[in-house]
Amino acid sequence: MQWETVIGLEVHVQLATRSKIFSGASTAFGAEPNTQACAIDLGLPGVLPVLNEQAVAMAVQFGLAIHAEIPEVSVFDRKNYFYPDLPKGYQTSQMYQPIVGPGEVEISLDDGSTKRVRVHHAHLEEDAGKSLHELFSNGRGHGMTGIDLNRAGTPLLEIVSEPDMRSAKEAAAYLRAIHSIVTYLGISDGNMAEGSMRCDVNVSVRPTGQAAFGTRAEIKNVNSFRFVERAIEFEVERQVELLEDGGEVIQETRLFDPERSETRSMRTKEQANDYRYFPCPDLLPVVLDQAYVDHLRETLPELPDEKRARFQSELGLSAYDASVLSASRDMAEYFEAVKAACGDAKQAANWVQGELSGALNREGLAIADSPVSARQLGELIGRVMDDTISGKAAKQVFQALWHGEGVSADEVIEAKGLKQVTDTGAIEAMIDQVIADSPAQVAQYCDAEPEKRGKMIGYFVGQVMKASRGTANPQQVNALLKEKLDALC
Amino acid sequence: MHDKTLSELADGLAFGEFSSRELTQHLLGRIDRLDGALNSFITVTFDQALAAADAADAARAAGQAGPLTGLPLALKDIFCTRGVKTSAGSKMLDTFVSPYDATVVEKLAAAGTVSLGKTNMDEFAMGSSNENSHYGAVKNPWDLAAVPGGSSGGSAAAVAAGLVPAAMGTDTGGSIRQPAAFCGITGLKPTYGRVSRYGIIAYASSLDQAGPMARTAEDCALLLNAIAGHDLRDSTSVARGVPDYTAELDAPLTGLKIGLPREYFGEGLDPAVAATVHEAIKVYESLGATVREVSLPHTHYAIPAYYVIAPAEASSNLSRYDGVRFGHRCDNPRDLIDLYQRSRAEGFGEEVKRRILIGTHTLSEGFFDAYYKKAQQVRRLIRQDFLDAFEQVDVLMGPASPTPAFDLGANKDPVSMYLQDIYTIAVNLAGIPGISVPAGLANGRPVGLQVLGTHFAEERLLNVAHRFQQTTDWHLRRPAFAEENA
Amino acid sequence: MALEHADVQRAAFLARLGLDDNEAARYVDDLGRILEMVDQLQRVDTDGIAPLAHPLDATQRLRADEVTEGDQRERFQRCAPAVENGLYLVPRVVE
Repeated sequence: MQWETVIGLEVHVQLATRSKIFSGASTAFGAEPNTQACAIDLGLPGVLPVLNEQAVAMAVQFGLAIHAEIPEVSVFDRKNYFYPDLPKGYQTSQMYQPIVGPGEVEISLDDGSTKRVRVHHAHLEEDAGKSLHELFSNGRGHGMTGIDLNRAGTPLLEIVSEPDMRSAKEAAAYLRAIHSIVTYLGISDGNMAEGSMRCDVNVSVRPTGQAAFGTRAEIKNVNSFRFVERAIEFEVERQVELLEDGGEVIQETRLFDPERSETRSMRTKEQANDYRYFPCPDLLPVVLDQAYVDHLRETLPELPDEKRARFQSELGLSAYDASVLSASRDMAEYFEAVKAACGDAKQAANWVQGELSGALNREGLAIADSPVSARQLGELIGRVMDDTISGKAAKQVFQALWHGEGVSADEVIEAKGLKQVTDTGAIEAMIDQVIADSPAQVAQYCDAEPEKRGKMIGYFVGQVMKASRGTANPQQVNALLKEKLDALC
Repeated sequence: MHDKTLSELADGLAFGEFSSRELTQHLLGRIDRLDGALNSFITVTFDQALAAADAADAARAAGQAGPLTGLPLALKDIFCTRGVKTSAGSKMLDTFVSPYDATVVEKLAAAGTVSLGKTNMDEFAMGSSNENSHYGAVKNPWDLAAVPGGSSGGSAAAVAAGLVPAAMGTDTGGSIRQPAAFCGITGLKPTYGRVSRYGIIAYASSLDQAGPMARTAEDCALLLNAIAGHDLRDSTSVARGVPDYTAELDAPLTGLKIGLPREYFGEGLDPAVAATVHEAIKVYESLGATVREVSLPHTHYAIPAYYVIAPAEASSNLSRYDGVRFGHRCDNPRDLIDLYQRSRAEGFGEEVKRRILIGTHTLSEGFFDAYYKKAQQVRRLIRQDFLDAFEQVDVLMGPASPTPAFDLGANKDPVSMYLQDIYTIAVNLAGIPGISVPAGLANGRPVGLQVLGTHFAEERLLNVAHRFQQTTDWHLRRPAFAEENA
Repeated sequence: MALEHADVQRAAFLARLGLDDNEAARYVDDLGRILEMVDQLQRVDTDGIAPLAHPLDATQRLRADEVTEGDQRERFQRCAPAVENGLYLVPRVVE
């Protein structure tokens, strides 16, 4: 039987506000435990929440970026459950009237095609704290769990997709698209290692052609692009095997174990939870007026989709180049700066994706940390384009800049004497010298059939290039040599 | 000194008849001698009170005294007070010393008042008799066999007994007005959102509101001036200017249109209370007011709606008491579930558990629409009843409670206890202000007249209450308890 | 709506309130009567009536995104029953 995979994602994005969603405590990562948990974050008796305007603005910007409806009114609800990292015994979230309504995200697939994934809604909520299980165990004391509430109250935007994805690759592409949107907007640092973006994956399979969805499993906390693919691949295989053996998929929550690349059931003895959602009486309905939404819309930066389209239509890049170069805001900004400095989009695209990306990958650097600046690279490309240096020399110059040997391409070219000789007089003098020094080769050349002379000219070119220490322009040498030798025969 | 009203004491301080320290010492002495019989205080802050009194005297000497500088008062033990135990009447918070001040506490301190301590209350403000306190019941100074009402029973009893001239209470379903009525003092529940809830231990967030309890409407006005206003820390507090609530106290009542809700004079109303309220209405007529009957047709549904909404909010608000960050924690928890279940079972009293269970049940899957959503729809109808009535009349009047104070232990059944709040509870659902004014005695126990106004009509209510107190002397009557032990 | 013993047990579990059987039985009785009183609501015609969550028709005010709270751990942990190394302690949580 052929099986079709159906995937929906719930992506939790930590918003890059300075303070928490309902309190004035800092959201900075990595502080000493509980030093950034204020009275409100701790849920002390009597405290009350007040909503952070930046969290609202960021959520709306995201909504606008995915062409979603922005409802005039949104409401916060309480999701009630007990857990030690949830100080108040409820999470303030949005169940019934989220801040962002239905929208869609375009994803790019490996074959160059694109696909639209619908977003059901996105809502604001507060993050929980962290439970540290290992600190006091393994012979280090009483074995209790320690609770750090620094993260409690950090604003989260939960983005809930429709079950529109059909493969692990599509899911990963969707996650990358969300990542690029939120980082383009600057509403999240998108740092998955620090938990700024986390993902729950709903996976089911069904016989190809069947309309009804299969029973799904929810895989919690899959926190890298790679893990999303691996978790889905494992889970699909598990479900298909189960079904083909006549078994049934149970609707349950599973945990992905990256070390073993498998998902396993979170067996809990607890009764099924009942979150008892109801409108939070401490917060009033959030009402967004049209002027506010319009203002945010006008100040929205150019988004990945728009950039990709512009790179193709205005700059004439291929679909593939446009997609790679617009994938992250840092990449796109770097590329555009290189292009501005050299004036040629295609050359800029080739260099950014070729020499630069290669070097970055080798050293595991992000483009923002590139030792060669966009201006340096653009100027270097400019020197190839105006024939100041050869392509080969340009690679030397790039390496020199990468290692900090010089502040500009011109300085390196000068210091290393890599300037291409384009002065015809100087080249002619070198050619005359080589011809004078090689009478036997000249004789052979002249004896050869005209159609074989093309191959024989290589010897003379090599000699001239050697004499110029590589600085002569090979095409120019070639043309001049041909002219002079043919005149001799 | 303990017979005087706040405004009389303010004059005494201003004219140098006595210092704030002398006044404070006098009252602390009375608390020391008399409160053993009443149990109206959970915590008396002797040292802090004297220090605050000295600071007030120094401020006065430096010419920096405001209208409330040096005046003593007490705080219901639901207001978080920095460095002072704040228990909400619960074993759960017996060890909780608040690390911060409620906005009301901050404002009263900034106004120069001197807090003598924290008053007893029904646990987490759940109750109408003050019998649900971990610290024991409070006695009514008018009759030690009677309850003082609740949940702000300690505040009401302390003021009535002359232990303190005024106290702060909170009112979620009548918790200021009913004990004020039972103890023969004046108690104002302001409009929801008029006074910040920040730092007030939450019972039911969409209903809770703090207000003053004192001998007179004038004193309530003075205190409301100090505590009312927008608070950036409370999203539900209202950004609206605060008038001088004393400015219109003396305005004449000629032409005042009084509505008597038919439903507030029906079955279950003690005839003596009815007679007292009708006498009071006659006083208003003599002051030039006109009286007509009005209807609040959904009155009967206020208690059912309240006992869905308030417990639902409470069940969620009280989830934070889990034995982890503050409050009671059971000994040697076996595991996480045991920590939660035992800490909460040990820390909460019976009525609190009852309401947590009701609220949890009514919010749970399959019941939400039938209970919670329905109650909120009925809540809108109840509010509309009042808004319609205030199209026709300026104020509504009726009894604050169907009976005078009942005997301690008389109401064992929770449902019949809940029904006691029939005249006060709808007011919280609608969010409107209400004041209870001493209007007479029935069998030696005080009867309160309740006056209700539309949203933000506090000025009018205080005016209406004040004019009554200019004409009658019920608010000046003192229980024998206070006199004998003078 | 009738209330069963299991309803009270379930509510007690959701609310993490430990109840012994006697208490549970008493609450079944109490809650049953309270809900009977509450059931009077069903008599009210509420068709087309919007639920009222807040007594005033106000809207949420937004706070500027500023860090106003510094480290107050020492003060806040003074009222905590069990802390170590700045962490709140709970019995080991098994995931």
